[in-house]
Amino acid sequence: MSNAEMLEIKNLTAGIEDNEILKGINLSIGAGEVHAIMGPNGSGKSTLASVLAGREDFEVTGGEVSFKGHDLLEMEVEERAREGLFLAFQYPVELPGVSMANFLKEAVNSVRSHRGQDALSAVEFIKLMKERAALVDLNPDLKKRAVNEGFSGGEKKRNEIFQLAMLEPSLAILDETDSGLDIDALRIVADGVNRLRSENRSFLVITHYQRLLNYIVPDFVHVLLNGRIVKSGGKDLALKLEEHGYDWIKEELDIAEPA
Amino acid sequence: MSSEKEFLQGVADSEYEYGFVTEIDADTAPRGLSEDTVRLIASKRNEPDWMVEWRLKAFRHWASLAEQKAYPRWAHLKYPDIDFQNISYYSAPNRKPKYNSLDEVDPEVLNTFERLGISLTEQKRLMGVAVDVVMDSVSVATTFKEELAKHGIIFCSFGEAIENHPELVQKYIGSVVPYTDNFYASLNSAVFSDGSFCYIPPGVRCPMELSTYFRINEAGTGQFERTLIIADKGSYVSYLEGCTAPMRDENQLHAAVVEIVAHEDAEVKYSTIQNWYPGNVRGEGGIYNFVTKRGICDGDRSKISWTQLETGSAITWKYPSVILKGNDSVGEFYSVAFTKARQQADTGTKMIHLGRNTSSTIISKGISAGESNNSYRGLVRISSKAENARNFSQCDSLLLGDRCGAHTFPYIEVNNSSGQVEHEATTSKVGEDQIFYCNQRGIGEAEAIKLIVNGFCKEILAELPMEFAVEAQKLLAIELEGSVG
Ligand SMILES: Nc1ncnc2c1ncn2[C@@H]1O[C@H](COP(=O)(O)OP(=O)(O)O)[C@@H](O)[C@H]1O
Ligand SMILES: [Mg+2]
Repeated sequence: MSNAEMLEIKNLTAGIEDNEILKGINLSIGAGEVHAIMGPNGSGKSTLASVLAGREDFEVTGGEVSFKGHDLLEMEVEERAREGLFLAFQYPVELPGVSMANFLKEAVNSVRSHRGQDALSAVEFIKLMKERAALVDLNPDLKKRAVNEGFSGGEKKRNEIFQLAMLEPSLAILDETDSGLDIDALRIVADGVNRLRSENRSFLVITHYQRLLNYIVPDFVHVLLNGRIVKSGGKDLALKLEEHGYDWIKEELDIAEPA
Repeated sequence: MSSEKEFLQGVADSEYEYGFVTEIDADTAPRGLSEDTVRLIASKRNEPDWMVEWRLKAFRHWASLAEQKAYPRWAHLKYPDIDFQNISYYSAPNRKPKYNSLDEVDPEVLNTFERLGISLTEQKRLMGVAVDVVMDSVSVATTFKEELAKHGIIFCSFGEAIENHPELVQKYIGSVVPYTDNFYASLNSAVFSDGSFCYIPPGVRCPMELSTYFRINEAGTGQFERTLIIADKGSYVSYLEGCTAPMRDENQLHAAVVEIVAHEDAEVKYSTIQNWYPGNVRGEGGIYNFVTKRGICDGDRSKISWTQLETGSAITWKYPSVILKGNDSVGEFYSVAFTKARQQADTGTKMIHLGRNTSSTIISKGISAGESNNSYRGLVRISSKAENARNFSQCDSLLLGDRCGAHTFPYIEVNNSSGQVEHEATTSKVGEDQIFYCNQRGIGEAEAIKLIVNGFCKEILAELPMEFAVEAQKLLAIELEGSVG
């Protein structure tokens, strides 16, 4: 494990009302590492992503999370984002009438201002948008379109990665960015992500299928079952899951099937 | 989300930014309304007999309505009965001026405009906008008259029009909004103080945007402007009306009338920013804004567009309408109404299709915050002779918080089977999902709500002339900002 810690999750429990969904998560991610989290539907993958991003629907009932040395759980949603935590949403949200250009200008400039950088000029901004849109093969005309409004499923996912590229985060969490993509779109998205990999940027790639991990090759793979990480390994673990499903792990652990 | 709640609370409570009173001596009529008051108003203004007679007819009609307490009651509004005898019906700034230049204008008046960010000098120099300023009823400055005169365009105060163009005033006054039209239109016809008059001759495209700023200034003074715009054959004009009013404890009544006549192939675009004092957080004070605005597409292929941004007033009651009489004529209504605190707005339009192949478009966006109530009320009527008439209506409501209300009352009457009427309506809340998505990209609550609201009204703001659109956006931002730092 790398000595430069990006994210350190200790015994995190969280839920909604009386329903505990995350039942003690432990995970450390070093700078520049790519971790994959796999698990069947309903195992708590999106909940983990939401809790890390700070969604208030979920109540954190225990544990600690440190992000680049800060107490993540104490930070507001926008502070986490400005500090460099990015979430590519499983279901990107539509903002009717809000143009991509206005939205991203606001976003990029609040992140820049947090880092003590000047706001980008209109010309620099347009140039950056064009360059980063090309990474995921998005039409640069998109700047005039409203955020996610009328975007196809695949466009929405590419748009998430495009925003990732614009905001240059330290830690990017990708929540099922592969779902609903055909093989060509999957390749485009994976290529984009691979080009954004760097020694200072970590990824937490959440997926249901092994397929994506052929393209975005992870350093570590974790299995999330019923709110716990029950197995961790290298990229081979993903292949084994693809071939044998999750049952063998359940049997190994003797956990009952979640309701 | 507690910080979102705080923000919305801030929006709901934000104090009126333009609440200050210009201290100038004023010549104010005693409170109360009778035939004598009407005669007094007319004589103060040196009006000819025909005008006095018209006012008196209107007064008598109004008095009979008032006796029966026949106020418009159908709007979705709650307010106490107004004591019409406790209002002063005339107020003119003293030292009644005939200015040769702005330097001669009372510096207090100019100061007021500075503080509103409507520096006349700036506007004259930078924007090429002719501003006819109506301050408590009498025009105190009219600019660009000469440039307009070169094109034969008449743009002056209503008073000057009565004096210098009586034949036009006599021909058109009350031709679109008769003095019998409704309670407040009758009242206005009896006591109207001043307003603007505009005539564009045949074939002339008005070279600049014509702009009037109205302000209510004296405490307890009713404001009763009258505006008449006539676009002769094949002409074009874009007219801007902006309003702000200083803070007062009493409710002030504002009952304006606007009439527009578009002849063959003429086009009139009328844009309004209405930002009268809305009252305080508890709903005390504020302007009652009961306005009758109507245009007639009299000639074939004529067009009238109303665009409005309504953010002010305690109560707004207003339905800018178009009578589509000419064949192939076009009517448009684009509206953003923003209410907060205890404000109430009941606004919309009427599109009356009489001619063949007439078409109308209605796009209304209501935004409600605080404990306010925001209603769209619209009528689309296709008469039996209106072959192939078309209407498209879209009414969207956006709720900020859960103590406010949005209502839609569409009335559709189709009396010709070739007519096509389409109506779409949506109501949405600024979703926590949307705020979370913005926050996750580093955008704070306040900015997120501004983005979302601006996105919601974008297609309306796009209809406003450039400088006005910028002003509208600023105004919306101020309204939304509230106390959030
Ligand atoms: N907003 C919510 N309200 C109630 N239950 C929820 C909510 N979100 C998720 N859950 C429950 O938490 C569990 C985990 O969901 P989720 O994190 O979305 O799983 P995954 O992303 O792994 O498919 C599921 O049982 C789901 O029903
Ligand atoms: Mg999920």
